[in-house]
Amino acid sequence: MSEELRVITYRQALNETLRAELEHDENVFLIGEEIGIFEGSYKITAGLLEDFGPKRVVDTPISEEGFVGAAIGAAMLGLRPVVEIMTLNFSLVAIDQIVNHAAKMHAMFGQQVKVPMVIRFPGGGGQQLAATHSQNLEVWYAHIPGLKVLAPSTPAEAKSMLTAAIRDDDPVIFLENLALYNVKGEVPDGEQVAEIGRAAVIKPGSDLTVVSYSRGMVTALKVAEEFEQKGVSVEVVDLRSLRPLDRETICESVRKTSRAVVFEDDMLSYGIGAEVSATIGEGAFDWLDAPVRRVAASEVPLPYAKPLELAAMPDAVDLTRVVQETLDATRFTN
Amino acid sequence: MSEVTMPRLSDTMEEGELARWMKNVGDRVEKGDVLAEIETDKATMDLEVFESGVLEKQLVKEGTMVPIGQAVAVIGDGSSTGDEEPEAEEPAPKTEDEPEEDATAEPGAEAASTEPAETEPAEAEQAAGDKPRMSPLARKLARDNDIDLASVTGTGPEGRIIRADIESAIEAKGRDEEGEKPAEAQPAATAEDTEPEVVPLNKIRKMTARRLTESQAVPHFFLTNIVEVDRLIALRGNVNEGLADQGIKVSLNDFIIKAAAIALRLHPEANASWNGDSILRHRRVNVGVAVATDAGLLVPVVTDADRKSLSEIGAEVVELAGRARDGKLSLDQMSGGTFSVSNLGMFGIDEFTAMINPPEASILAVGAASPVPVLRDGELVEVSKLKLTLTVDHRVMDGATAAAFLRDLKDILEQPLRILV
Repeated sequence: MSEELRVITYRQALNETLRAELEHDENVFLIGEEIGIFEGSYKITAGLLEDFGPKRVVDTPISEEGFVGAAIGAAMLGLRPVVEIMTLNFSLVAIDQIVNHAAKMHAMFGQQVKVPMVIRFPGGGGQQLAATHSQNLEVWYAHIPGLKVLAPSTPAEAKSMLTAAIRDDDPVIFLENLALYNVKGEVPDGEQVAEIGRAAVIKPGSDLTVVSYSRGMVTALKVAEEFEQKGVSVEVVDLRSLRPLDRETICESVRKTSRAVVFEDDMLSYGIGAEVSATIGEGAFDWLDAPVRRVAASEVPLPYAKPLELAAMPDAVDLTRVVQETLDATRFTN
Repeated sequence: MSEVTMPRLSDTMEEGELARWMKNVGDRVEKGDVLAEIETDKATMDLEVFESGVLEKQLVKEGTMVPIGQAVAVIGDGSSTGDEEPEAEEPAPKTEDEPEEDATAEPGAEAASTEPAETEPAEAEQAAGDKPRMSPLARKLARDNDIDLASVTGTGPEGRIIRADIESAIEAKGRDEEGEKPAEAQPAATAEDTEPEVVPLNKIRKMTARRLTESQAVPHFFLTNIVEVDRLIALRGNVNEGLADQGIKVSLNDFIIKAAAIALRLHPEANASWNGDSILRHRRVNVGVAVATDAGLLVPVVTDADRKSLSEIGAEVVELAGRARDGKLSLDQMSGGTFSVSNLGMFGIDEFTAMINPPEASILAVGAASPVPVLRDGELVEVSKLKLTLTVDHRVMDGATAAAFLRDLKDILEQPLRILV
């Protein structure tokens, strides 16, 4: 199998992976609003209707509850639907299907059925789409047993994790991010299947751990590199899977660095950072030299006005400040 | 919310006893109200409130000794009144130069995008009792390395003991245990390695820094005298030659210690120390001898130096200096000095001024003996001379008093048989 690397966008990686899985397994089909003729609101399904036909790429009415429910039924009967919901925000009208049906079937019916499906949607703000179209509600799904929640941050992860999600026998929420679609990265050719539930140390370091995921990883790596220039060795952990959460990789990192900052796009209260922080408290307490700090979104409905939107979203300046404060709190010297 | 800290109520005060609370938790207090009575080394004084509000916490019990700068009470808007037990003993004091705002400023307050102000769970606060704040890592390191947390001062936020503090303590302990062995030679600095090396303070260094900073506050003056030491050198030669078979060997410095002790006995006003509101004239003559060690400067004391023979002094100085270098001096062997001698002659230093070792009133700095051409009876002859410089606490002695002492010391050294009889 070829291991050659190509530089492609996150969007292209998703598109190629959907194509590969449609080819790999005839039970795989795509379903969602405007994914066929229009090729998807964000062009993730470009060219697929033409090549695989309307039975494999199904355009639906504007009825999230209806087509998510249809996909659940299809999955129970052995197909492997990949649902596209236009944005995370619209998944709220299908949340009863996702939480009460897709997530519960396997347990409630004595494990007689499986629900092997993927629900893809982009989340996140920063596109001036205003409060109702810019949310990061991943923690809602990460809270639910019976679901798996993946949040790839690079084109390579998008490929390997989407492949793993489609081949997994449980319902998987696949979180994309509008700001990542045009991000380029090296992607290996050939079949790549990620192990679900594993975080990754993207940049090793010894002085402080930054934990992030999805879009946050871009900022985390940028800030880490800037600190590296100043002689601070920052380790960056990409959660990749929000459920199941790879607690051991997080704790192992903090046991090495003794300092941790979580960078998250969701709200501070009850957010991903709260869970990571508690995980560190339980698994690396004796190694902490300062409180775990979190950098998250301001707790307001995200404003439409660009300056306000930028001010409300966590950014590199916020992360840099909190990392520095954490270093200062431990009198870090290099 | 603001903390009320133990103020410095007198020059010599280092800590004060919180003698009596005059306000109870929950009481409304106005600026200028008397919050408590503080008993210092001199008097009982009022602790006044500088900020109006509600007394939310009394952080120490009546009768507790509190170092200057440590918080004793919290005044706020009354929202968190009353659920804390007063703490019997308080953690290490905040450093005095830390601005007050630091204690309350917390990162989360400024932007919603970061963590809200760090709040201690009530349970932790109560369980913590009289224990100092510390990071979990610091706690573990202290436990693993058998470090007594009471001896560690926290330098993290709000006085939190952090890893760096424990590592300093481990290092200091290691040096103590290894008898203050010198550090391994450092490899040559590389190109990246241009930052200054941070050398944590050991106990001796900390003590030296503190004592000498105190010493700076002593109003002092210097007197220098040049002493001819040919006879002294000759006498030492005779003594060491004549008594070599008894294993007796004395140094020039031993003669100076003994001579100083004799001169101090002649001048009780010089064998004295400053006592805040009085002068203590000591009945014993105890001479401290500055000893350089790898760990820092130590000043072991030869007690009753005026009553000891030269050979006894010589043997005792060798013994004390050895113990100093091995880090084995007891507190007794380092205290009770009434005068000190510091000698840098072995480094070829001609003259220098020494810093007073409080509460002693003077210290003698001894330079190197060196040959000097002197016109004597119309002929140029070579004479060995050394310079003595006396640093004097002016509160204890005036110039004339100290000059008389130094003159007699010079006379004794120039007629050294007086040292022996």
